[in-house]
Amino acid sequence: MTAAGETLLRVEGVFTNIGRYRILHGVDFAAARGRVTTLLGRNGAGKTTTLRTIMGLWKARLGKIVFDGQSIAALDTPHIARLGIAYVPENMGIFGKLTVRENMLLATERRGFAPALLDRVLESFPALKLKWDSPAGALSGGQKQMLAIARAMIEQRRLLLIDEPTKGLSPAMVDQLVEALLRLKREHTTILLVEQNFRVAEAVADDVAVMDEGRIIHTGTMAALAANHGLQHRLLGLSMADSA
Amino acid sequence: MNGDWPKRLQRWAPYALTPLVVVAALPAIGPGPWLTLTVAGLTMGIMLFMVAAGLTLIFGLMDVLNFAHAAFVAVGAYVAVTILQPLTGWTSEMSLWLNLAALFVALLAAAIASGALGFVFERVIIRQVYGAPLRQILITIGALTVIEQLIIVIWGPQAIPLPRPAMLRGSVFIGSSSIETYRLVALCVGLLVALAMHLFLTRTRLGLVVRAGVEDREMIQALGYHIRRVFIGVFMAGTALAGMGGMMWGQYQAVVSSQIGDSMTILVFIILIIGGLGSVGGCFIGAILVGLTTNYVGFLAPKMALGSNILLMALILMWHPRGLFPIAQHH
Repeated sequence: MTAAGETLLRVEGVFTNIGRYRILHGVDFAAARGRVTTLLGRNGAGKTTTLRTIMGLWKARLGKIVFDGQSIAALDTPHIARLGIAYVPENMGIFGKLTVRENMLLATERRGFAPALLDRVLESFPALKLKWDSPAGALSGGQKQMLAIARAMIEQRRLLLIDEPTKGLSPAMVDQLVEALLRLKREHTTILLVEQNFRVAEAVADDVAVMDEGRIIHTGTMAALAANHGLQHRLLGLSMADSA
Repeated sequence: MNGDWPKRLQRWAPYALTPLVVVAALPAIGPGPWLTLTVAGLTMGIMLFMVAAGLTLIFGLMDVLNFAHAAFVAVGAYVAVTILQPLTGWTSEMSLWLNLAALFVALLAAAIASGALGFVFERVIIRQVYGAPLRQILITIGALTVIEQLIIVIWGPQAIPLPRPAMLRGSVFIGSSSIETYRLVALCVGLLVALAMHLFLTRTRLGLVVRAGVEDREMIQALGYHIRRVFIGVFMAGTALAGMGGMMWGQYQAVVSSQIGDSMTILVFIILIIGGLGSVGGCFIGAILVGLTTNYVGFLAPKMALGSNILLMALILMWHPRGLFPIAQHH
């Protein structure tokens, strides 16, 4: 299923309902260890639902989710997080009443910060250092997104699930986030990225899985998809690949 | 001139409300009774805070509306009655330290009994109705009735006197103002509890998790924290605080009945709404505001005392529809 490398996460035939509505109709794909896999697809294709199902926030009705050889579909969310899976939701999940430092502290596994990891994060997002003791609710949209990703980076994670990190951000902010994602990629962090911005996906991802109506309709390498405009057009439509 | 002053004013105005009420009452009441009423209002407010703080966290963390909270107030008050009976030697002695020791033992017993009952209550009743607000209302109102009836079975239907310790019965005079000693002690106890709660919430990791959980329950779970386990602790702490509040309130009124908590319920819900559901800081300011308003208006226009709090709530909701210090909810 993966284009290359050992599989870290495997999603097999996953069906998920939200209320009475079935959103995922047998999703199958895999994410390889140390690579960036992007989930592409139109709005409503089921990308966010897939991430939330992996994280245990919505339960799969059917199917398997296997992380590093362990079945996680039946585990609760905190247990899944403790396995080393970090989740950056679309709404960023920032605690607005807490300071930036407190937001970061919540994501650490010990009482304080590991200096080397903290330095790495602040090097990627220097703006956070300036706002360290400010309420996170007072940050700009871009700074909040930085904080959300910084929080996922403050410990060595085995898998990052990131949902549309560039949504609504200015081009300069997008560049900064792409740089941070590339840094994570250079450090061989495994990332499953949901992204609407094709250019960002192209810059960051190694592998791609394209979704439509709750199913995976294509898997392969990002480079192959980026090189094949006909395939892009067929899978994603003009609006996506030509935008941004 | 800084252009963002209206924003700053908007941010700080809720903090200025209580001092404004205190200052505005001075010319209307006159300095002598004003000091007496202010201390009485602060004391009442701090006792209401003890009861309301747990309830606001319980709601903020798990969206649980616990109408049986009043029962834990009553349990705390009755356990204090039982504990203080054999300690009459300590409470009747003209020794401040013995009196305070008896008070401390009674407070501790009230907290332990109400907290333990809270643990059982959460396991047996609340756990069944997570995410079902209508069922929560029905089952907690039913539980309130059952616990109050059990209290009558155990302690009898008659109200029981809960006299204040000997050294705390008198008053101290500041100028022409008379201030009851018990109120000053209750105020100090309440402030210590509020300070302990503040330190727990702001200086400990568990406190941080509680504050974050109130804001976004889902995200805190995605960070690896078992919110249900945290909630059980918060529920127990909330009911323990209600028990302590019940003990203090019972001694404040010098009498305890099975409906002691019911008399506080309306005020407690007004406080929660004024402060912003889930906000402990808002709850503190709301409680002080309600305590002061009740006492000032009770002096100026006695028939308006309860109505004044409802009017206060309505005015604040017109100004801040989600309360003075709302907590963002992403549930």
